[in-house]
Amino acid sequence: MRHSTALRHRLAERGIDRQLLLLVPAAAFVVLLFVYPFLYGVGLSFQPERGGPFSAYREFFADAYQRDTILTTLRLALPAALLNVVASVPIAYRMRGRFRGKRLLTTLLVVPVTLGTVLTAQGLLNFLGPTGWFNRILPGDPVRLTNNYWGVFFSLVITGFPFAFLLVLSYLSGIDPTLERAAATLGAGSWQRFRRITLPLLAPGLATTFCLTFVLAFSVFPSAVLVGDPAGSTRVISIAAYEEAYVRYDYPMAATIAVIMGAVELLVIAAVLGWRSLLYTGSTAGGKG
Amino acid sequence: MRPRRSIVARPAAWLVWGLVAFFFVNLAGVIGSVVVSSFGTRWFDTWLPEGWTADWYSAAWDEFDLLHVLLVTVEVSALVVGISVLIGVPAAYVLARRSFLGRRVLYLLFLLPILMPPITYGIPLATVLYKYGFAGHLSGVVLANLVPSVPFVILTMTPFIEQIDPAIERAARMCGARTRHVFLRILAPLLVPGILAASILVLVRTVGMFELTFLTAGPDSQTLVVALYYSMSAAGIRAQQSVDAMAVIYTSMMLVLVVVALRFVNPTQLVARVKEDVD
Repeated sequence: MRHSTALRHRLAERGIDRQLLLLVPAAAFVVLLFVYPFLYGVGLSFQPERGGPFSAYREFFADAYQRDTILTTLRLALPAALLNVVASVPIAYRMRGRFRGKRLLTTLLVVPVTLGTVLTAQGLLNFLGPTGWFNRILPGDPVRLTNNYWGVFFSLVITGFPFAFLLVLSYLSGIDPTLERAAATLGAGSWQRFRRITLPLLAPGLATTFCLTFVLAFSVFPSAVLVGDPAGSTRVISIAAYEEAYVRYDYPMAATIAVIMGAVELLVIAAVLGWRSLLYTGSTAGGKG
Repeated sequence: MRPRRSIVARPAAWLVWGLVAFFFVNLAGVIGSVVVSSFGTRWFDTWLPEGWTADWYSAAWDEFDLLHVLLVTVEVSALVVGISVLIGVPAAYVLARRSFLGRRVLYLLFLLPILMPPITYGIPLATVLYKYGFAGHLSGVVLANLVPSVPFVILTMTPFIEQIDPAIERAARMCGARTRHVFLRILAPLLVPGILAASILVLVRTVGMFELTFLTAGPDSQTLVVALYYSMSAAGIRAQQSVDAMAVIYTSMMLVLVVVALRFVNPTQLVARVKEDVD
């Protein structure tokens, strides 16, 4: 009895005791339903139906129709995520103080989150279509804004912008307003205060916001099919992966595309977060902490 | 004291508000055109439909077997919320209170399912679920939806638990409470607001989750989003207005959920929590 108590104490000193058992269900869950399927997919991608272990990857990169889906996806997701973040900054900057109707405005901005991709797609088809209200207001010939790149782009902005805006607003509210007042006392103009005080403190938050918005935009699937041109200009990588798995039943190839998709996305995120880590050390020295 | 001057010059302010207004006008157009279309009789090359009717709603209700779809949606969401809270909250407690070997690795592991696009892990996951016979049924849909939900509960609950003063637990222990009692009598009541907030957010995410449900659902286990997608991508067979009616039903359901969620969660506060998680 005394012996086991001593062991327990020694383990507890290293931070291991029975309370950690509470973690077991969650850890087992992640391993079983996330790590195992993911590794299974990676393994599957190295066992194509024909050829050597790397032939599925070689096939993907040799086929321009498949390879170009990476570029198509990035061409949609990067500008959309960038626009969402960049447009949020001035709007959030104006809205960071207290004013009447702020809660109403934030609530209104959350509304697009509820739309879901399908209503957004349906709405864009109705609204921006050749006989829709938008083209009725515009004089001249109808502008073609659906079933191509722009339709998907707009749907990414509608669903992504509110999300980016709320994140940026919360980062801005987290910046101590006295810093700006101090700068004003020292004679900084409004642009200087924004450029030299607020923006550097906000930059790490902007990087995080960009990453999260990019993840949303990168996994675009339903809107690329519904408002886009799924066989041509908006054939994004998730469509390619879906087709392999559910149309051609080529699971190794589908797993390959999924792995490539994850790798590309993590590369972009790692690049942005790497840049962000450079920023962050600089700005803490500026006295944020 | 001098009154505070406006921070951005006037034209810039107008530009900013103009942009916001432009966004809202277009948003209203997008939503409005669906709502108008769902109540209209025939609508071709005109500003408004020729007449008004509510028939599309009853048509959509019968045609898409919406009662069944709604029941499935409720069932899936309730199961996902319940299980993810049961698994996630204890884990969040340990992650918030303790430091131990491998804590960072575990945290990263919980972060990954949220950072990866659902399609990337959804396709291998669906393959595995089909292999073991879960996919195509309700159980497969629930299991797939749990993958991002459990980490989501953990990541939103961890900062919430960190805010609770550990001295309260220690006091309870001093008074002789065992771990089980500390959890049931002390922590659970304090955690209720956080658990409510996390559950509602998981609920909103699950009702809106398209990809994972789409990849794992069989004909009997479609949720509302997936049924909506199928009805829309099979356009031409269905009257477009009944698809619109269904989309409106979906959005009203989501709107109710989000308005309820906003009563419990302040969106900007929520995001501040997300910020801590990503750091």
